[in-house]
Amino acid sequence: MSDLQIKKSSATYDVVIVGSGAGGGMAGYVLANAGIKVLMLEAGAYFDPAKDSQQLKWPWESPRRGAGTTRPFGDFDAAYGGWEIDGEPYTTKDKTEFFWFRSRMLGGRTNHWGRISLRMGPRDFQAKDGLTDDWPITYDDVKPYYDKVDRMIGVYGTKEGLENEPDGIFLPPPKPRLNELYIVQGAQKAGVKIIPGRGSVLTEALPGNKDRGACFFCGQCGRSCKVYGDFSASSCLVIPAIKTGNLKVITNAMVREVITNAEGLAVGVSYINKEDLQEYQVNAKTVILGASAGESARILLNSKSAQHPGGLANSSGVVGRYLHDSTGSSAGGFLPQLMDRKRYNEDGVGSVHIYSPWWLDNKKLDFPRGYHIEYGGGLHMPSYGFSGGIQNMNGVVPGRDGKMKEAGGYGASLKDDYRRFYGTQFGMAGRGTAIARYDNYCEIDPNVVDKYGIPVLRFHYKWAPEEIKQAKHMQETFQEIMHNMGGAIYGGPQGPETNYGLEAPGKIIHEVGTIRMGNDPKKSALNKWCQAHDCKNLFVVDAAPFVQQGDKNATWTILALSMRTAEYIIQERKKLNV
Amino acid sequence: MNRRDSLKALGLGTLSAGLLLEACKTDTKKGAEETTTAAAGDEVGRQPFEVERDKKLHADKFFTTAEMATITVLADIIIPKDDKSGSASDAKVPDFIEFIVKDMPDHQTPMRGGLRWLDLQCLNRFGKPFTDCTKDQQIQLIDMIAYPAKAKPEMAQGVAFFNRMRDLTASGFFTSEIGVKDIGYAGNQPGKWTGVPDDILKHYGMENVKASASM
Repeated sequence: MSDLQIKKSSATYDVVIVGSGAGGGMAGYVLANAGIKVLMLEAGAYFDPAKDSQQLKWPWESPRRGAGTTRPFGDFDAAYGGWEIDGEPYTTKDKTEFFWFRSRMLGGRTNHWGRISLRMGPRDFQAKDGLTDDWPITYDDVKPYYDKVDRMIGVYGTKEGLENEPDGIFLPPPKPRLNELYIVQGAQKAGVKIIPGRGSVLTEALPGNKDRGACFFCGQCGRSCKVYGDFSASSCLVIPAIKTGNLKVITNAMVREVITNAEGLAVGVSYINKEDLQEYQVNAKTVILGASAGESARILLNSKSAQHPGGLANSSGVVGRYLHDSTGSSAGGFLPQLMDRKRYNEDGVGSVHIYSPWWLDNKKLDFPRGYHIEYGGGLHMPSYGFSGGIQNMNGVVPGRDGKMKEAGGYGASLKDDYRRFYGTQFGMAGRGTAIARYDNYCEIDPNVVDKYGIPVLRFHYKWAPEEIKQAKHMQETFQEIMHNMGGAIYGGPQGPETNYGLEAPGKIIHEVGTIRMGNDPKKSALNKWCQAHDCKNLFVVDAAPFVQQGDKNATWTILALSMRTAEYIIQERKKLNV
Repeated sequence: MNRRDSLKALGLGTLSAGLLLEACKTDTKKGAEETTTAAAGDEVGRQPFEVERDKKLHADKFFTTAEMATITVLADIIIPKDDKSGSASDAKVPDFIEFIVKDMPDHQTPMRGGLRWLDLQCLNRFGKPFTDCTKDQQIQLIDMIAYPAKAKPEMAQGVAFFNRMRDLTASGFFTSEIGVKDIGYAGNQPGKWTGVPDDILKHYGMENVKASASM
C-alpha cells in the first residue's frame, strides 16, 4: 500500500456522469449530441448487446439449462450482478428487509428489464388524497419529454384515452398469445380492465432510425437484443453517444465521492479503477449522478466536506429518505382445455402483450392508490425447472382415456403427460404504488465498507398496512380473474401468513425516491430541474429524484426527466449559470 | 432498420430456419475475435468469474460411479425411449444431473442420501442394491415412491427423493436437443408474430376476444 497515490487528471470535462443506465445514458446522449464534452463513469464492464447478448441460444447451450445460479433471472439473462455482489455488501437495520439489485455493466439494469414502458399520469404527480407530497412538476411539464422519448426510443401500445394512463406515440402492440386470450376473457368477466401492453420494443422499424433493427419476435428481451430491437441504455443511448466523439466512457470505475471546492461547488469525482485498483480523480464543470437511487444516495452521503457536513446536497437531511419500491404479488395456474394444444411459434415479444391498468376508485377501498397487473403464458422455450412439480398437475385432470390418474408416476405415461401439459400454464403479477415514507430509508452503515473501502448502505424498510391491504386485494382479484377463465386450475389465495404474497422491499427492482425533488430546500434535496438546492452544478438523473412513484414502472419517467434535466443544463450553460 | 435488415444484421439473411443455429454460431465466433479478451465462442458475454466457475464445476466430480449408474437407471425409468424420442440417458440427463448438483449444492445431500435410502430399501427387501435388482424388483420399489398420494407414510423420504429426481430428469430431458424437439417448441428463431393462428383461434372459440379499455 506504500505506493498508493491518487492519480489526478489535469483535464476538465464539461460534464462528468456517474452511471450509464437509463438516466445517465439519456443525459450523456442529449449532452454529447449538443456538442458538450462528457465523461461517463460506469462501475461495471463494457457491454454491447450486439456482441455480448446470449440471444437465440438454446437451453442445452447452458450447462445449467438456463437456471439462475449466477444470474438471478437465468443463465441467458443480460444482467451482470444481482441482489448479491461479491465484495459489495449492504446491510439492513432493525431486522427490516431490503434487497438491492445492481447491474454492474454498461447500460445497467436496462439491458435485462421487462421493457414495460408506462407514463406516470397527472394523479401520480399530484395525488388527490393528500397522503404524500406533490411533485414540484406536473404531468403537463413532463408530457413533451415523454413524447420525445416515445419518438426517439419507440414504444408499442394503443390509445385508450384513460385519464391517469396517458397515451403515448405508439407502435403497434403485439397480439395476445392463446393463454392470454383466456386471461382477457377472465379479466373482463371479473370487471377488470385489460388492454394491450406498452413496451419499448420495435414491433415495426422506428421511423428515422437506421441504427436499430426491428423486432424479430424471439421473446428474449431479457437477454438484450443483438439488433437493438428493444430499449437498452447501452445500445440506444451510450453507444450512439460515443459515436458523436463527445462522450468518453470509463468502465470498471467505481465512484467514491463527489469532490467539492471551498465554495461548496462540485469540481469532479473520485473513483477506484476496479482493474488496476488505483485511485483517480477527474475534474468537471458539472457533475451528474445517474448511478441508481441507492448508489447515488450513497455517493452523496459519502461526499462529506466542511461545506456539506451531512453529505453533499443534504442540508435538508432527506438524502436516503423516502426510499420506495413497487409492491408485488402474483398467482398462476394452468388451463386444462389447452392440453395437447397444437404447436407453433408463440415467442412474441419479451415485454407484456396485455396488461390491466389500475381500474378502481379508491374511495370504495381500504387502501390508497392502486396497482397494475402484468400477465403471461404460452408455448415458451423450456429451461431449468421445466414442468417441475408435475405430481401436482397430472392427478387433477383426466388422462387421455378420460379416467383420472394417480398423481406423479414415471415412464411412457409420464413422458406423455409432460407433452400434454406443455403450454397450458399462465401467470399474473400485480405491481403497485408503495407510499414514500420518511421512515423507509438507506443510510451509511457506520461499521461496514465494501472491498474498495467505500462505506456501504444500510437499509431500513418496512411495509405498512396500506401495502399489505393492497397485496390482499391483488390476491382477491387474481382469484376472481382465474375463476372466470373457464376451468383454469389454480391454488387458493395467499393469506396473512405471507402478507398476501407481498414481495420483500427491493424485489420488484423499482426502488426510487432517495434524493427527492421539491420546491422547499428544507424538505427536498433537488429543485424541479433535479438540480441540487445546495450545489448548483450537481444534478441527479436516475430514479432518486422521484417524489412518489405511481404504480408505473420507473424507466420511462427516468428517461423523460433525464432528458428534461439535460436540456436544462444546455440552456443554463448558454446562460453561463453552470 | 426494418425486420429484413435486422436479420441481415444477425447474419441470418434469407437462410432457412434449419440453418439459423449454425449461422448464429459463426456470427458469435466472429464477434469474439474482435474483442480483446479473446473469449471462446460460448464465453462471449460471460463474466470472467462465471467462466472460471463453470470450468471448475466441469472438472470436479460429485457422484461415484455406482451413484451415476443408479441415476442412469432411474432417469430411464422416469423418461424411457418411446416411438417419438429417445430416453433420458440418450439425452445425457445423468451428465446434466452430475453438473447441476455441483452448480446447486442444495441438491447434493438430498440426492446422495436419497440414492443411499433407495439402496438400503433394496438391500432389506431384495438383498441387493438397486442396480443389481431385477427390473421387476426395481419397479416394485419405484411404485412405492412414485405416487405421493398413495405412498405409505414410511416411504415419505423416498417420495421426496423421487419427486426431486423426477423434476431433475424432466429439466434435463426437455432442455436437451432431443427433448426440445420432442416437446415441439417452435420458437427461438426470427419470425413475425401476428397473433394466434386463425385455425387455432377458431378451435378454441377465441376469434372475438380482444383486450381493450372499452369492454
